[in-house]
Amino acid sequence: MSTGTAAKAKKKAASSPEWQLRLYVAGQTPKSVTALDNLKRLCESHLAGRYEIEVIDLLVNPTLAAGDQILAVPTLVRKFPEPIRKIIGDLSNEGKVLVGLDVQPIGKAPS
Amino acid sequence: MKKTHDSPPAFELPKAKTGIHGLDEITGGGLPRGRPTLVCGGAGCGKTMLAAEFIVRGATTFGEPGVFMTFEESAEELTANVRSLGFDLDKLTRQKKVALDFVHIERSEIEETGEYDLEGLFIRLGHAIDTVGAKRVVLDTIEALFAGLPDHGILRAELRRLFRWLKDRGVTALITGERGENSLTRYGLEEYVADCVILLDHRIVDEVSTRRLRIVKYRGTPHGTNEYPFLFGADGLSVLPITSMRLDHKALNERVSTGIAGLDAMLGGKGVFRGTSVLVSGAPGTGKSTLAVSFADASCRRGKRALLFCYEESASQMLRNMRSIGIDLGPSIEKGLLRIHAARPTLQGLEQHLSDMHRLVREFKPALVVVDPISNLALTDNDTSLKATLMRLVDFLKEEGITGVFTSLISEGAAVVADTQLGISSLMDTWMMLDNHEANGERTRTIQVVKSRGMAHSNRVREFLLSARGVELIDVYMPDSRVLTGSERMVHAARAQAEKAGSAKKKARAGQ
Repeated sequence: MSTGTAAKAKKKAASSPEWQLRLYVAGQTPKSVTALDNLKRLCESHLAGRYEIEVIDLLVNPTLAAGDQILAVPTLVRKFPEPIRKIIGDLSNEGKVLVGLDVQPIGKAPS
Repeated sequence: MKKTHDSPPAFELPKAKTGIHGLDEITGGGLPRGRPTLVCGGAGCGKTMLAAEFIVRGATTFGEPGVFMTFEESAEELTANVRSLGFDLDKLTRQKKVALDFVHIERSEIEETGEYDLEGLFIRLGHAIDTVGAKRVVLDTIEALFAGLPDHGILRAELRRLFRWLKDRGVTALITGERGENSLTRYGLEEYVADCVILLDHRIVDEVSTRRLRIVKYRGTPHGTNEYPFLFGADGLSVLPITSMRLDHKALNERVSTGIAGLDAMLGGKGVFRGTSVLVSGAPGTGKSTLAVSFADASCRRGKRALLFCYEESASQMLRNMRSIGIDLGPSIEKGLLRIHAARPTLQGLEQHLSDMHRLVREFKPALVVVDPISNLALTDNDTSLKATLMRLVDFLKEEGITGVFTSLISEGAAVVADTQLGISSLMDTWMMLDNHEANGERTRTIQVVKSRGMAHSNRVREFLLSARGVELIDVYMPDSRVLTGSERMVHAARAQAEKAGSAKKKARAGQ
């Protein structure tokens, strides 16, 4: 199934980008700021033009925490491509984040 | 007298009633209000059920809404499970009295890099608390986080913060934890929750399962330190005993007849005190059941309800047998004055029996309870739990002002020793011993009142006759300071009468 959806994304006909990432934070804490900075930098260098980041502040929308089973913050959720992956922490270790997201450092989408 | 017990000590911790039968008694009023309590125990010992009842009772009985955060079962599973105890979580959730939140973490989905905290959990919990205005919180079981999050250092720091936070929010929290090898909980949660720790245990003794509850610690409160049996009933948990912390039941002066005129006469002419316990012990075939049922029959004839627990015979067998000695219990049953509860002792554990007894007694509200026999309830010879169970039952009956009659089977010849070993005679206020007296090729039944607290009682051994007319006590015949019973007595009596008659005739003739 995931290959099918990935293929669809590759056509770029779909309006939504290939990588949909969601970052859960709780207020503007140093940890969440660091996490967002790390995430932006990483996406720009490896997934440029093919990603979308949605930041959800749980202090503003506490009800959203249950949906993605969020306990730790910051938590990065890879909503798409499936399956869902979660990475908790301030994303300071780029290598680990790439492994966690299953992104190949060269910038290629997973085969 | 009563007042001194009830007056509160100078300082008492505020408490939140659990509403769980018996638990509030042994904790002296419930769990510490506004503080976390740890409930730990092995798998399947009832932690979740206890927690669920705490929440449900809080929402329904005490007007304290609650949050149930589950880490192991989904909300649907939990709702289904607690329905067996008669709790409707669905309805309570709809009424916004209870909030359920299923926190699920899948280790395989999670990768960690860098620093994080569990603010997400705090936000979810805080949101749930605010939604229903919760006063009570259950976390069941938060230890699941240890399996889901690899960094235990962060987790421990966050747990410490969580318990602090719960205290600051002023909610009464109940946290469950799986029992560990050498510690109360597998991950040492007791380190964080220091105010009150309750340990549950589920063990099998002689193939019968019993659940026990013990309060390991309760800061700032005197509490029962024993292990108490507890059960799941149709209406939730009940911890037994209900009342054995104190020995302050009121002594009643009213007397109740035993149903046997001769026996009443032995007990100062009026029978036993109401609300006391009577032990009838004897070897097989000495008439224990008959004697005990006479008590019940007498009670019904006075128009007072009696409850009969039979652990040897079925109800109809009991009725037939009693009819053979002229006691017809049928009309009393029809009038609703007598209820017979017959069950096999091995059907369930002692605690379950005890719980059934409690339930039936509360339902039926009898003036007199007969248990026939108590010795059968013990599965093995040296079953120490029998004494504890009985003590609880005796206490309970006394508290309610109900007269209790217990029969006990003892092997012939070892009468006194056996009952002391069972250790129950000291619990009893009146002890009647039945015996078989064998002489001249026949057996005769005898009865004696070994003790009867607070009243003059006969020290004589009487002969005990069962006939179609019922139970009769006959003075033993003592010519030449020798006890004569049975046909020997009859021969002697007949001879004496003949002699008397003969001498009367002679006198009459002489007079002519």
